[in-house]
Amino acid sequence: MGSRRSARLVQRAIALLYVGILVLVPIVVVTWKTFSPGPAAFWDAISSQQAVTAFRLTAEIALASVALNTVFGVGLALLITRYRFPGRRLLSALADLPLSVSPIVVGLALVLVYGPVDGWFGKGLHDAGIDIIFSLPGMILATTFVSFPLVLREVVPVLAEEGIEQEQAARVLGASALQRFLRITLPIIRSALLYGIVLSLARSIGEFGAVLVVSGNVSGENQTQTVPLLVGERVQQLEPGSFQLAFLLILVTVLVIVLVFLRRDRSDRAGAVLADPVLADPGLADAEPGHAATVVTASDNVGLDDAAIDRGGLR
Amino acid sequence: MSIEVNSIVKRFGSFVALDDVDLTVTDGRLTALLGPSGGGKSTLLRIIGGLEQPDAGTVRINGKDATNVPPQRRNVGFVFQHYAAFKHLSVYRNVAFGLEIRKRPKAEIRERVHELLSLVHLDQFADRLPEQLSGGQRQRMALARALAVEPSVLLLDEPFGALDAKVRKELRDWLRRLHDEVHVTTIFVTHDQEEALEVADELVVINQGRIEQVGTPADVYDKPANDFVMGFLGPVTRVAGKLVRPHDLEVLTAETPGATPAEVAGLQRVGFEVRVTLDAAGEEPWAQLTRGQSEALGLAVGQRVWIRVVP
Repeated sequence: MGSRRSARLVQRAIALLYVGILVLVPIVVVTWKTFSPGPAAFWDAISSQQAVTAFRLTAEIALASVALNTVFGVGLALLITRYRFPGRRLLSALADLPLSVSPIVVGLALVLVYGPVDGWFGKGLHDAGIDIIFSLPGMILATTFVSFPLVLREVVPVLAEEGIEQEQAARVLGASALQRFLRITLPIIRSALLYGIVLSLARSIGEFGAVLVVSGNVSGENQTQTVPLLVGERVQQLEPGSFQLAFLLILVTVLVIVLVFLRRDRSDRAGAVLADPVLADPGLADAEPGHAATVVTASDNVGLDDAAIDRGGLR
Repeated sequence: MSIEVNSIVKRFGSFVALDDVDLTVTDGRLTALLGPSGGGKSTLLRIIGGLEQPDAGTVRINGKDATNVPPQRRNVGFVFQHYAAFKHLSVYRNVAFGLEIRKRPKAEIRERVHELLSLVHLDQFADRLPEQLSGGQRQRMALARALAVEPSVLLLDEPFGALDAKVRKELRDWLRRLHDEVHVTTIFVTHDQEEALEVADELVVINQGRIEQVGTPADVYDKPANDFVMGFLGPVTRVAGKLVRPHDLEVLTAETPGATPAEVAGLQRVGFEVRVTLDAAGEEPWAQLTRGQSEALGLAVGQRVWIRVVP
């Protein structure tokens, strides 16, 4: 017993050390570097015109990307799990591609397609007065691309596991497609969707490579520099104020994740009954003392209460 | 509310699930679709409910062509084998679902839901989540939910299939009593011949996409249309090339005119019955006796006996 216990302690220590070196130490260093120059430096770093614009850009891009990923992620998840059609597996594999392609490559590909000078569509769009590359649409496109699978991959397993029966039951009970989605499907995927949105949001806020390529990293007038790009610039130019911005980025992401984990925790506890083997299995539940009583009551009633069944009510 | 199914054909790829099926279900009856797995009975039920589209043929509900009416406008009740409970809604909200969709006044919904919950003996569980109920309770909730919208027909797809034997038996009796009170035209699918014989007013035996026989349980049991129906509805054994029920095979210890000589090859006791395996002219029929009958005859392995089929 003693040796197994100490083995477990060693395992725990190794895991803690690993996560500590990998995650905790950098965060602590960033936090320390953020506040050691004092509050005035902090305020200067985040309140410059350039920083404020970068925050606005990052927020706009993140919100747009998350909105697109939510709508299309859920739509595609429904398509993949609910219908059988030729090319379904290919579509599913393609949807995973953004996770395995380097963001820089994504950015370059977008420039090749939408670039204003020699892009495939870019030239025509540029002539029509629409600029994708070096402006907001391209940055949203790049960010949406790299974070696309995050919502999809959270939602697909839940939909696949729950199956289609609840929706069919709702349909027979008279629910329209929209009513079925809002009243049945959405509650089923709610917690997975929320988690996917958070991952997608965190990824969008922090995206560097793809956005760097398509934005041109322009500062000053027509700024296309987002917060991560500004952090990168300040680090490279050995300018002050990079840690303060990085700290805020980390803070926002961590806050969102913590908030959602708290929610998830609560709904998990509510759903714990589901995971309880005794209650989840009808056979065992019937044998379990507390439940046996209710079952017996019900079946006794079946025998005794026929007269009590209301005839008028069901016709 | 009668249901008429005409010339229904349904294929899944090259597999023919239903092959030109005609069926009329009488108003107010409790009808069982009985047959082996993969025989097409669930597909037929789902076509009646609108959850599958037939490749050919028509479905008429209450005289009106419903073939192309989507399920949400057929006004049927459907009960699934695995309950299809709305997991995120309380028992009350589950039962109220169809009424809420129909935008009935709140007070009316409350009254009707409580009425139904007491009908299925779940009134004290109104605020629970489905996960907090046993399987049998969940299926009763599903039944109340289906009945709430006053369906013109109630369709049950292997409703007791996921329950253990004891709960299954209870619910079966309970469904029979419920139907006697509620009288809604009901069709239920089962592969359990005992369940069908016990509960149904009318049996429809389906095999390999075709209807083998339709009739009352007694009719179908006593006068099976063919060997398949006979074999599916109960145990059978072969004597002189003919299928008979083992309980219709009489074992005699003295030579009797019209009886065939045989030798007792084995005796097996199963609960209250004794299965007597026989060796008769190259055939190996078996007879089903009660323990009392077997003891009165004093049967032993190797003994010479005479057998005949009770008319």
